[in-house]
Parts: sequence; structure tokens; C-alpha cells
Amino acid sequence: MKIHEYQAKEILRKYGVVTPRGYPCFSVDEAVDAAKKLGGKVWVVKAQIHAGGRGKGGGVKVAKSLDEVKTYSSQILGMQLKTHQTGPAGQKVRRLLIEEGADIKKELYLGMVIDRGSQRVALMASSEGGMDIEEVAAKTPEKIHRVIVKDPFKGLADKDAEDIARKIGVPSDSVPQARDLLKSLYKAFDDTDASLAEINPLILTGDGKVVALDAKMNFDDNALFRHPEIVALRDLDEEDPAEVEASKFDLNYIQLDGNIGCLVNGAGLAMATMDIIKLYGGAPANFLDVGGGASTEKVTEAFKIMLKNPKLKAILVNIFGGIMKCDVIAQGVVAAAREVKLSVPLVVRLEGTNVDLGKKILAESGLPIISGNNMADAAQKVVGSAKGK
Amino acid sequence: MSILINKNSRVMTQGITGKTGQFHTKMGKEYANGKACYVAGVTPKKGGQSYEGIPIFDTVREAKEKTGANVSVIYVPPPYAAAAIDEAVEAGLDLVICITEGIPVRDMIRTQHKMLGKKTILVGPNCPGVITPDEIKIGIMPGHIHKKGPIGVVSRSGTLTYEAVGQLMEVGLGQSSCVGIGGDPVNGLKHIDVLKMFNDDPQTEAVIMVGEIGGTNEEEAAQWVKSNMKKPVVGFIAGVTAPPGKRMGHAGAIISGGKGTAEEKLEVMEACGIRTTKNPAEMGKLLKSVLK
Repeated sequence: MKIHEYQAKEILRKYGVVTPRGYPCFSVDEAVDAAKKLGGKVWVVKAQIHAGGRGKGGGVKVAKSLDEVKTYSSQILGMQLKTHQTGPAGQKVRRLLIEEGADIKKELYLGMVIDRGSQRVALMASSEGGMDIEEVAAKTPEKIHRVIVKDPFKGLADKDAEDIARKIGVPSDSVPQARDLLKSLYKAFDDTDASLAEINPLILTGDGKVVALDAKMNFDDNALFRHPEIVALRDLDEEDPAEVEASKFDLNYIQLDGNIGCLVNGAGLAMATMDIIKLYGGAPANFLDVGGGASTEKVTEAFKIMLKNPKLKAILVNIFGGIMKCDVIAQGVVAAAREVKLSVPLVVRLEGTNVDLGKKILAESGLPIISGNNMADAAQKVVGSAKGK
Repeated sequence: MSILINKNSRVMTQGITGKTGQFHTKMGKEYANGKACYVAGVTPKKGGQSYEGIPIFDTVREAKEKTGANVSVIYVPPPYAAAAIDEAVEAGLDLVICITEGIPVRDMIRTQHKMLGKKTILVGPNCPGVITPDEIKIGIMPGHIHKKGPIGVVSRSGTLTYEAVGQLMEVGLGQSSCVGIGGDPVNGLKHIDVLKMFNDDPQTEAVIMVGEIGGTNEEEAAQWVKSNMKKPVVGFIAGVTAPPGKRMGHAGAIISGGKGTAEEKLEVMEACGIRTTKNPAEMGKLLKSVLK
């Protein structure tokens, strides 16, 4: 799960990470009021969307008067902000963060992730802050320093934190403060079951302070059950409506650009089904894993969600029945096809437990269901159907 | 021969009083030598009861002492599953197979840390389990699609493993053991560990390795294969069409920072002498073609 920058900063502040003062705002008036409350002469107007690259897309502006705060806020609020992470349509800006200006002497980078290689949490830091870190990693990998939190019970060691602070160019007077910030960051990461935390940039100010100028946090979906306070931060406006709808029915759905809907049991087989569609010249409209215990209701909802996609030209159901029996799935498919009044060709491939019974149910349903004999046959048939052949 | 489990394994089910645990324990018991293999169940506070004639104990240690069980399979719900693994490790079992899907990564990091220096092998979590066909089935895979034979199967995915097995059966090839290592980012055995076991197993003549996008486990396994593996290995990687940054069902199946793409994995595997296919319908045929 993702949250906004201002929410991530609120969490980090609780752990002692220093950030600029600021207020989230939902209207231009609120933005101007926030600037007045903050005082000073310089403010930053920041678009709040769940995507990086906001500055480059025109979603972050420095205002030097209250009039400018007003101007920039009205420009940014409501705009379709396009960044390299939003896709070509962009993301509508509905929230702003108004912050006090900062005296930036140097920009650094901090990131914390689950490192699969070491199977532990890893801290990454670089002297090259404020830039796209993937670009830094590609061009100057030697400028990225890593430390693994080896013992999850002890957390980030003082020495490791100090070492990495020095390596990225924190002056010795500020090292203790940087060390404390890094330790706080790890504590916040660990306590909240985060899967990613990023501060880009972390800045050194003119008077030697270490401040988190930006903040991003993602959380482990599997751990949300023990974090109602994090779940409360979810912003459904930032998520794909089809994916939100699917999650209500415990369906694993991801919208893609193609025109062939896929309904599959199991994540690996679902990915492989998308791959084989592509291999035979088609394009998948979605990833959809109905899971191991798909009921008729679940299958029906899955069909409804797929059919809402205006691009949809055909549907492929690919089931390898293990514990899930093919006859149960076939009944679900037939019931769903009847209920939603299927408007596109449907290809079904069944294999595994009770496959013959399942095929019989499909054949006797009287519905125009195209049967696929195996994965390749089914994929070829659905690609042909989508092309109107 | 086989790897990890055989007809002499003695299994306890942790979480045997839950619906899933009961169903799959019953299926396991009905498969091949299952009746002799499934000897105990564990659910705290339910000790003294029994299920399908299998005695239930309060703790793993007690179940081990009273029945001689050396393997555990876990169907405990996600919030408590890591603690269940810890208990099995503490009790000194040889092997723990954790089926549970949805365990927080933070819990698995701590569990893995506690496992350092311990003898217990962990398979999973979030996996279909392990089967040695015609001997023993531990997990949620459909037993009847398998047959004893010379091919080892190792995979991060459940149903895609069944697909591979189904294709092997179509070309007349049975399996030595099939191991689902699971789709989580922090887990037990990796591809490389299972390949080492297949390499040492006299029954196994060739291996199908099924991977997914995300991480670098497949690449590490491929590098090991290049200099050590004495048997042919073929591979498929799911997720060529997966967009970056999206979690494709499995928590571990995500391309991040341009790393862990299917193309990258396939390239390394090919360079290390593993024949690969981009067509998931041709895993069986490809394997057949490399057999001498």
C-alpha cells in the first residue's frame, strides 16, 4: 500500500526524523491559510500524488509571496500531473502540501528496502540526492552505499549508521544527527511493516542540520491487518478503480493495456497466460488471479470487472484444477456468462481434477463457449477471436 | 530415491484443526503411503483430541517426542504462521514446509534470523508444498496428476508447477520430486538449493526449473548450474509481459528498479547452459528434447 508524502512525513516525525513544517491542503484557500500560518517568506507548493517525478512534471513550485502561493496552488490543484511513473494519462492532483522553504546546502539520498539477496532490510544512501536514484545506480554505481541490517532484533547499529553518513559526505559535526535520523528511519520502517522508505532528497541546511525534504513510504499488504492506523491513510482516488473493485472480492487484478481479458487460478499461471497471449500476437487486458478457492460469486464478479474495460475484445479462462475442481469452475463460468450477458468471445481451457465433467457442463450450457484443448490451443484461439477471426 | 521427502518421512500438521489443515491432511493421508506417513497434528490447547485417527498435540516438541515425526507442514493462518515455523525449528525437525500465504515479510525476516545455525530446512512459505510421486504428498497439489519418474521440478508458483507436471505426463515422463519454493521475497529453500539436491539424487535425470519475475534467485541458480550441474536443466520464467512496479499476485513477483525482468533471467539462464522457452505450453516438450 502506498501513502502520500505528507502522510509519510507525519509518520517519520513521530520517530524523530526532522522535516520542514507543513500542512496538507485540499483547496487554494486552505493553501494560502497554511502559508500564513507557517510564516516566513518562502513556501513550497507540492502536489500530493502516489507517483515520483512530481517536480519534473510541474507539480512542485517555490513561492516567494502569498500571491504566488495562491497562483501555484490554483495551477497545481486539479491538474493532470504527468510523470514517468503515472503513465501518459497522468494523475489528477487533489491534495497539496504547503511547506516552509528550506536552506539547501547539499542534497543526499536515503532509501530503505527489503533486500532479497540478503533476505534482510537494506539501507541505501548516496551523495547524489534529488535525482532519479535508478539513474545514479546505472551511471555511477560507486556513489551508492549499502548497509544490511543483519540482526533484525538489534536494528541498525550506531557504527553502521555513522559510517554510511560519512560515506555520503555528511560533515563530522552533523554525523551524530544523521546517525539518529537513520536509526529513526529504520525504527519507523520496522514498526510500521514498511516495504519501502525513501527520502530523496535528504538535505544538509546552511546551519548544518539534516532534514528530510521529501518522504515516500510503501507498506507490506500482508501486514496491514495489524496496522489500522496505516490502512486509514489509504487514498482510493490514487488507485485504479477496477483494482479497488477487485480487491473487495479478494481478487488479484491488475489492469493492463491490451484487449484480451484473462481469468486464471494462481499467480504464476496467470503471468504465464499473459505471456503466451503475447507470444501468439495478442495483448492481455489484465492480470487476474482468482486464487485457490474461487466460488461462482467470485468468478461472476471477475467477469463483471473485466467486461467494464471498453477495450475488451475476448476473454480467456485458463484453469488448472488442483484442489479447485473443474466442474465447479465450469458451473461458475456458465452462471457468470449468463448473468453478465457476455458480449465478447469466451475461450475456456480446463485441465486437472474433474476436467471431463467440467467440459461437459460447458458443452451442455448452450452458450457459445470456445473450448481450448491446452494452453497453446486456447491462447491461439483467443488471439484469433480478439482479432475478429 | 527422491529429494526432501519419501515414504519414510513422518509428518505432523501444524494447524490441523483448521479447515484447510484438515482437508489437506486428509488428502495427504489418502495419497500413496500417506496412512503411515501422517502421524501427528499440532494445535495449541487441542492436545488429546484426534482427527481422522491422527493424534493432536499442544506443541511440536510433544508431537515429535510421542510420534517420531521429523517433518512438519504448516497451515496456520498468516498472523501466527511465522511463530509456528519458529516452534518447529526450536523442536529440531528436519524439514518444515509452510503452505500459508500472506505472512508479513517482517515476520519472515525475524524467523530466518532465528534459523541461523539450526539444522531445520524450510520450504516456503506461500508454496504448494513438496511431492514425491507414488510415495508421499505434503501440500496442496493434486496428487493424481503426478507419477514416479526421472524428472525433478522446482518452481516458485503452484498452478504453473501443475502445468509443468501435466506437460511432462503428456510426453510420458514421471517425476522424482516436485518442490514448490513459494512466491514470497523472504523464504526458505531457493532454486539453487533444490537444484543441488536434484544433482545429488540418483533418481533424477533432468530438471525443470520454473521461475518468475523479481529478485535474482534464478540467476544465482543458473550460475551454479553452469559450473556444477551434471544433469540437463530446462527453464521457463513467467512474467515477460508484466509491467514494472506492479506486484503480480505473489509478493515476490515484482520488477523493481529495472531488476528482475524475465528477459534478464532468461538471458543469464541460456548463457549458463539452461535451455529455456518463452512458451509456457512447451516446458514438457523442451525437457523431452534434452534427455539423452
